[in-house]
Amino acid sequence: METKAFQKIYTKIIQITKATCSLRATGIGYEELAIINGRLAQVVKIIGDLVTLQVFGGTEGIPTNAEVVFMGKPPVLSVSDDLAGRFFNAFGNPIDGGPSVDGEEREIGGPSVNPVRRKQPSELIATGIAGIDLNNTIVTGQKIPFFADPDQPFNQVMAMVAMRAKADKIILGGMGLTNDDYLFYKSIFENAGALDRIISFVNTTEDPPVERLLVPDMALTAAEYFAVDKQQSVLVLLTDMTLYADALSIVSNRMDQIPSKDSMPGSLYSDLAKIYEKAVQFPDGGSITIIAVTTLSGGDITHAIPDNTGYITEGQLFLRKDSDIGKVVVDPFRSLSRLKQLVIGKKTRKDHPQVMNTAIRLFADAAQAKTKLENGFDLTDYDERTLKFGKEYSDKLLAIDVNVDIDNMLKTAWRLFAKHFTRAEVAIRSEFMEQYWKGE
Amino acid sequence: MKKTVTNTKGKIAGIISNLVIVEVDGPVSQNEICYISLTGINLMAEVIKVFEKKVFVQVFESTRGLKVGQEVEFTGAMLEVTLGPGILSRNYDGLQHDLDKMDGVFLKRGDYTQALNFEKLWDYKPIAKAGDTVYAGDWIGEVTENVMPHKIMVPFKLSDKYTVKSVVKAGKYDVNKMVAILTDKKNKDIEVSMIQTWPVKVPIKNYKNKPRPFKLLETGVRTIDTLNPIVEGGTGFIPGPFGSGKTVLQHAISKQAEADIVIVAACGERANEVVEIFTEFPEIDDPRTGRKLMERTTIIANTSNMPVAAREASVYTAMTIAEYYRSMGLKVLLLADSTSRWAQALREMSNRMEELPGQDAFPMDLPAIISNFYSRAGFTYLNNGETGSITFIGTVSPAGGNLKEPVTESTKKAARCFYALSQQRADSKRYPAIDPIDSYSKYLEYPELQDYLRENISKDWIDKVLTAKNYLLRGKEASEQINILGDDGVPIDYHLRFWRGEVIDFVILQQDAFDDIDKQTTLERQKFLLEKVLDICETEFQFESFDEVNPYFKRVINNLKQMNYSEFKSEKFNNYLTELTSIIDERK
Repeated sequence: METKAFQKIYTKIIQITKATCSLRATGIGYEELAIINGRLAQVVKIIGDLVTLQVFGGTEGIPTNAEVVFMGKPPVLSVSDDLAGRFFNAFGNPIDGGPSVDGEEREIGGPSVNPVRRKQPSELIATGIAGIDLNNTIVTGQKIPFFADPDQPFNQVMAMVAMRAKADKIILGGMGLTNDDYLFYKSIFENAGALDRIISFVNTTEDPPVERLLVPDMALTAAEYFAVDKQQSVLVLLTDMTLYADALSIVSNRMDQIPSKDSMPGSLYSDLAKIYEKAVQFPDGGSITIIAVTTLSGGDITHAIPDNTGYITEGQLFLRKDSDIGKVVVDPFRSLSRLKQLVIGKKTRKDHPQVMNTAIRLFADAAQAKTKLENGFDLTDYDERTLKFGKEYSDKLLAIDVNVDIDNMLKTAWRLFAKHFTRAEVAIRSEFMEQYWKGE
Repeated sequence: MKKTVTNTKGKIAGIISNLVIVEVDGPVSQNEICYISLTGINLMAEVIKVFEKKVFVQVFESTRGLKVGQEVEFTGAMLEVTLGPGILSRNYDGLQHDLDKMDGVFLKRGDYTQALNFEKLWDYKPIAKAGDTVYAGDWIGEVTENVMPHKIMVPFKLSDKYTVKSVVKAGKYDVNKMVAILTDKKNKDIEVSMIQTWPVKVPIKNYKNKPRPFKLLETGVRTIDTLNPIVEGGTGFIPGPFGSGKTVLQHAISKQAEADIVIVAACGERANEVVEIFTEFPEIDDPRTGRKLMERTTIIANTSNMPVAAREASVYTAMTIAEYYRSMGLKVLLLADSTSRWAQALREMSNRMEELPGQDAFPMDLPAIISNFYSRAGFTYLNNGETGSITFIGTVSPAGGNLKEPVTESTKKAARCFYALSQQRADSKRYPAIDPIDSYSKYLEYPELQDYLRENISKDWIDKVLTAKNYLLRGKEASEQINILGDDGVPIDYHLRFWRGEVIDFVILQQDAFDDIDKQTTLERQKFLLEKVLDICETEFQFESFDEVNPYFKRVINNLKQMNYSEFKSEKFNNYLTELTSIIDERK
């Protein structure tokens, strides 16, 4: 985006804050891009001829006589098939040393899908992880975040999900990724030999935080190109949305907006919804599925960021370290996929819903037995058996290192039922018992 | 709204997100609608504040690309809806634009489609005749909309007394057809067609009076109908954290309630949930009409990613349409999911206008706005003696699941039924997760409703309901005691108290919204069930030790649950009933 000869250059900045600059200019469009001394900025407020710019790279070192050029257009991304396999920064410029991508320029953060044109999601996304496929099945067109504490291996799990999901394109939107995590994703993508179906937009912790605000829109504009124009199924990974929300609060703070709960801007719900609602199943086969990460502080889901997210997304996945088996598991109690009802027992085996619920019920009994044990109460024979079941269930099904298909997950569950329980204790509908029960 | 001058024009003087400041050359009114022209399209906006020549408008669209100096034209009218036959089974956006008529997959700015079909011909029958004296809201004719009778009324905006000069004969006409000529006091003729417009923020008040509501509105949801009933023309709200089943409950009510018209305002919620309504409602058989539920339903969809200002308007659009159908003497059920998103839209605008904030940065007048809105619901006697009602149920999405936040607290002051969804109940899969202790229905205290229930269910119904509530409370207290002192640290009687509460919880409160039989319970069956359950609660059981109590009551509950899953009074049902009696006799 070089400046062109005929463009007017402004050189009088009259106000500078940590994230914004203001100057007098006319004929400026709202949300238009500008360049201030080589840094990209966007119009966020116009009052008469006073224009306020949000400077993505931060305002450090910007002089009052900086050269400001307006670009006459909002942020855009050039879209074409050549996006595949490439790594870009938050502005959509390549960071992998390759050439820039030629293609049609599309405005990012475009309009919403007309709700009557959406199709009800109905295609299952298999990840091989039983904590997801068996208990919290994900569907194309769904939006679901991992709620995880910063020390949990959510990036690893997400990379694993991405590599196993049978999506035509995988688009990574990395916000505030540490350089190490960025390199981790890069090497996973390269080693899997799947580079041609992966596109990455990355803002690392080395980049200015406000730049992050562009990342989801860039990733989703690319996703819409492949899902709408090419009817592909696109999986978008957004990590970490908490850092995105933090960047929102920085900008609103610099613009003297009144903060609401947890010093987040009052528009947080709408801001997040605009991103997550890009997840959609189109009638002609294309789809956008969003799997995101929202890091929590100390597991607190009442904080404004996870709270607003929970009201927007279709469920959430919790990771937890299970000390009994020393592995990370997908917590079956706190995790939820709201769209699983659309596929389980319909696209999967008919006994799936019952097996899922029964296993979780028995696992809950195991948790209760464990509390009893810890409190020094005597255990019954049933308690002892649930404890053994719980440990095996956790190890063979909930652990994130499991990688089998859903039929095998069901088989494992039936095997564990038969090993530890009687028919009456399992109490699954009789037609399924006849067919799958292997116990005495 | 009267303005004598020609339409005011203005130019953009400032833009902050969807708040635009316009400098005007003439008079404007608060809440007046204007259009901002942007290279070939017009963006709709509403005046929300005026300061000298500067007018602050909220734009119902994205303001990307707007520039200072662009032209704005004021319409002289407030935000209005178009009322006439053809509203039912439509899917509208928050401003009553027909979503199905829009081109393309994505919503385009300024794509304003018509709310009604102007070509369709309706079978019109006159009701009024020449010489009749009429007032606004009086019925002058009728068409059949899907299966519902749709009255054509004297336009609500006509505020005087009129004489019918002439009416058209019965026949097939389009909505723009002049169906009657009225004469006012000055002998001036006024032509009336099948359509009229009305500003959404002004209540339609063409009814004789609005008594305290007194008729039970059956929803088929036991925990509502039996314990905390809502009434025709009543108001209620459902607060609950995410994942507690607000939407499932609201959908159940909308599918089952004894209403003529169902209006669903999907306000700032998930698009896939609206898609679920779009997909399911046209498939759901309507036992009342033998057709599909969608035929007497209108959906106002403003999903969370649609423009924020239109989200605020969407609840008013829905309410005005509800008032229109109420004026026809129909029972309207209005559901809004979720009113918190509406309040958040108010907050966003208040914030941009730099108003001094109230609690959690919500505008100071939030409680007043909410209670004004709820007050538009109600049971009414029309001028011709007929009755009509709007029953309004809103959901609230409290931040962090904490009920001590401004939207919940303001709504609590306005709504008469409170259905608190509890996270704890949702976690233990006790659905619907309405907390039986915290929730209430103020209507249960109304003598009017008490009389109605005595007459229509049974003389001692109220006493029975209160007894059941008391058992629930005692059960909760007993459970706390048992948790503290341990199973063997309390007398057996505590265990009995606990299990009486559990029987009511499992058998009456819990209900499977996905089971074909259990999802809807008739009043007759609810009466039977409550009496049965109270019989059990009042039975003196004999137990030797506490560890006999648990397995015994589990059997009782299991038996009653099987009954809930069986057709009422069917053979299967009766078999379970016989079995239940013998289980009860074991311990007498």
